[in-house]
Amino acid sequence: MIDSASLLAVLPELILTAGGLILMLIAAYGGDATARVINWLSVLTLAVAGVALSCSLAHGPVAFDGLVRADAFSVFAKALIYGAAAAAILLAPRYFITGGALRPEYPILILFAAIGMGMMVSAGDMLTLYVGLEMNSLASYVLASFMRQDERSSEAGLKYFVLGSLASGILLYGIALLYGFTGSTAFDGIAVALGDGVSKGELFGLVFVLAGLAFKISAVPFHMWTPDVYEGAPTPVTTFFASAPKVAAMGLTVRVAIEALGPAGLDWQQVVIFVALASILFGAVAAIGQTNIKRLMAYSSINNVGFALIGLAAGTPAGAAATMSYMAIYVVMTIGGFACILQMRDADGRPVETIASLAGLSRSRKGLAAALAIFMFSMAGIPPLFGFWAKFLVFDAAVAAGLTALAAFGIAMSVIGAFYYLKVIKTMYFDEPAAPYEARGGAVENIILTACAAVIVLGYFLNPVLDKASAAAAASLF
Amino acid sequence: MDGFPILSLMMAVPMAGAIACLYAGASQARLIALVATLVDLVLGVVLWMNFDQSGTAAQWQFQEYAPIFGRFAWALGIDGIALVLIMLTVFLMPICIGASWLAIEKRVGEYMAAFLFMEVLMIGVFTAQDLYLFYIMFEAGLIPMYLIIGIWGGADRIYASYKFFLYTLLGSVLMLIAMMWMVHEAGTTDIPTLMAYNFDPHVQTWLWLAFFASFAVKMPMWPVHTWLPDAHVQAPTAGSVILAGVLLKMGGYGFIRFSLPMFPEASAQLAPLVWGLSMVAVVYTSLVALVQSDMKKLIAYSSVAHMAIVTVGLFAFNQAGIEGAMMVMLGHGLVSGALFLCVGVIYDRLHTREISRYGGLSINMPKYAVLFMLFTMASVGLPGTSNFVGEFLSLMGIYQASSWVALVCTTGIILGAAYMLYLYRRICYGEQKNADAAAMPDLSMREVWLLAPIAAAVLWMGIYPESFLAPMRSDIRALEARIASAAPAGDSKIKMGPAIPAAEAHHEEAAAAHGEAH
Repeated sequence: MIDSASLLAVLPELILTAGGLILMLIAAYGGDATARVINWLSVLTLAVAGVALSCSLAHGPVAFDGLVRADAFSVFAKALIYGAAAAAILLAPRYFITGGALRPEYPILILFAAIGMGMMVSAGDMLTLYVGLEMNSLASYVLASFMRQDERSSEAGLKYFVLGSLASGILLYGIALLYGFTGSTAFDGIAVALGDGVSKGELFGLVFVLAGLAFKISAVPFHMWTPDVYEGAPTPVTTFFASAPKVAAMGLTVRVAIEALGPAGLDWQQVVIFVALASILFGAVAAIGQTNIKRLMAYSSINNVGFALIGLAAGTPAGAAATMSYMAIYVVMTIGGFACILQMRDADGRPVETIASLAGLSRSRKGLAAALAIFMFSMAGIPPLFGFWAKFLVFDAAVAAGLTALAAFGIAMSVIGAFYYLKVIKTMYFDEPAAPYEARGGAVENIILTACAAVIVLGYFLNPVLDKASAAAAASLF
Repeated sequence: MDGFPILSLMMAVPMAGAIACLYAGASQARLIALVATLVDLVLGVVLWMNFDQSGTAAQWQFQEYAPIFGRFAWALGIDGIALVLIMLTVFLMPICIGASWLAIEKRVGEYMAAFLFMEVLMIGVFTAQDLYLFYIMFEAGLIPMYLIIGIWGGADRIYASYKFFLYTLLGSVLMLIAMMWMVHEAGTTDIPTLMAYNFDPHVQTWLWLAFFASFAVKMPMWPVHTWLPDAHVQAPTAGSVILAGVLLKMGGYGFIRFSLPMFPEASAQLAPLVWGLSMVAVVYTSLVALVQSDMKKLIAYSSVAHMAIVTVGLFAFNQAGIEGAMMVMLGHGLVSGALFLCVGVIYDRLHTREISRYGGLSINMPKYAVLFMLFTMASVGLPGTSNFVGEFLSLMGIYQASSWVALVCTTGIILGAAYMLYLYRRICYGEQKNADAAAMPDLSMREVWLLAPIAAAVLWMGIYPESFLAPMRSDIRALEARIASAAPAGDSKIKMGPAIPAAEAHHEEAAAAHGEAH
């Protein structure tokens, strides 16, 4: 039954779909010349969809007989996703102009990915989940190989596609097992079936589903694709991969773990704890030897996902809220960080990616160096920057849930992570200057950069708002 | 002063100065920094004048409370202990800026900004009344100090900056976990409330150890002191002054504000650990100081030895010990800062810290030799100087708790005299064997103005320590009352022997006299 309330609950997705299709027609007839206009129109579409979120919340929380949820959780995640997607679109043009690939398909693909991501975080059924996930993935594979003349980009796309399909297969197998043993694909149906004890078959299904999701959030041991794809993909695409899909996949994981697999909490908690600690440790240790800043950011994202999962491991409303707050702060840091990386261009305007080229940046580009230093200190979790608060929230949730040992171990390992962030700062501030970068950055880049830095420095004033929003989001899951 | 947010103002002034310095040229930045720190010094004096020292006064004064950060609040307030440490901070800051006036030539604006930001955080640490606010201030100090050591430091500065950063970070993160546990247990982040909360004694041990991990590194206690010599040697002069003068005091302040009142049972239970580490530190680091050929390293090791006197005083569980520990902290803050300045003075002229490159400076630099002599004597603990008061009280306090610890720690004073006088002899006395050292000019007016105020304060503290003890007295008495129930029984209390029958009295007396002679 399709009723108007259900349609209004998915209004943001409808807006994005209509916007994406119309823009694609314009692009098809207008050609590459329309790229800039379409860029701005896509951002506008995302903004309108963002406004429509309030309408979606008003007509929730259940739509299409439970296939879709339009609750505070999905709204929280979608707001982040749309924001991150818009930033990824805004940051792109300058990069693609140099590479000769300024084409209107880029923003449109991001719009389609955003629809998929929106479905992921508002899925109420395994099938919605899978369709949303694939929709996002398909757009992502194309985006990774967007600069098709570039060998690295094509390689990244192919790698992403092969490994992504494998993960989808694993996920689908898990879904099939769960369906077979519980007799339902709906999250609440699965939860009811798991309520009377977890059978062997259900346990297998649960593990496969979590493995598939771990791939999507790039948690250890399913992280192998991340460094290669992040390094090979065009930098604006990497910005996108590191922000919006991470939020979507993390939101999806939290929802599945709590809504569908909630009664089997003790079973998945072990898995999540292992994955979290392994991600923190591996992300930190493997990043130390990196010389390419994009690869470094890939390991950093693995590391960050580990921290975010600590909140989920707690399994409490406070934990889920902490995980979502973590993702919110992480997205700001990541976009800010990539806005800095996108400005790493040599005197001729060609992008450079080595960490060594940052040497002495604090003397040639004071503001840029300060901003990148802020993001690095923040990711290392050093107060008074906002990244500290993200870590604080997840560890606080773990301590409240009685997982003190996990918290102590996890936070001790964050010190290892601090080392490689410090390395970047050391290169910028302590080393003798290398060849200077292009004298000035683009206006859009600088605006996004400044906005993110401001949030990171003054973030504590947002605490009351963030606390309220994330608590409401988490409350809608339980 | 009712309701006027003077503590926030004291943090806002250097903060505004720091932001202004970032955008200013070199000479303006120096001026802005000097003005900002002097304004803060004046505010500090106003704070001291208005601090109610009478016995009936409220323990916490100048309180501010604004719940603007969600889970924690902008809660400030000071007692006498915090007051004297704030005074130390605002007193040393203008001197640090003055010491960097000529020595720092590159990136002056950023340097001054880092120092002013450091001042904000130091005042924040001593005034915070919210557990998480304290942690944020405590940890944030790593950022400016990392940059100060790394950008303006010596040849091996990068290694030193990493070591400083990672060492202290690892120590502190465990404390954060303990804080979270405490807040969930007690249901508040308010430090005064937590100071009166009775945690389960079994859990106290773990919480105490987590806090100890942080404060022992910051203090620093043997064997986690190894970051300090590296950081001191590589840091610029003013960086060393602030590091030795104030940052090390954060560890002691942590013990006095958190470990002792919040976990009295665990403190008593683990006091022997603190004593043991302190005894090793006093003897071992003093011996290490004796063989140093680098002036800064020598003073750095002497800091570790002095800080060990602080820890034994704190864990003596009595008023004399704790008051003594506070006085050592204040005295050491002034004296070690002054000694680093003295090193800086001759380093600026000859650009080496090798002791053997100097000699006979009392001939060509008489003013310098006099001031350096004063600070050397103060560091040794000569009566009439600041350190004597503190060391005497600390050792008197620990004697009541354990006479063995007192015995071993007192050797530190003798060893201290040995390495300091040996240092002074090699630098100021003897023949002028190096022509370039012999040609160095005496103190300039600026350098006299840096050292003279410290010299005055050192003498003031030595001759009339009451000015500094008075504000702290009632707070330390309250602390003593809080930990009294757990205090370990001392081994030096006067024991009454059994009543002696009259007939044997004479014989016994002779035996007792014989025993005393040993």
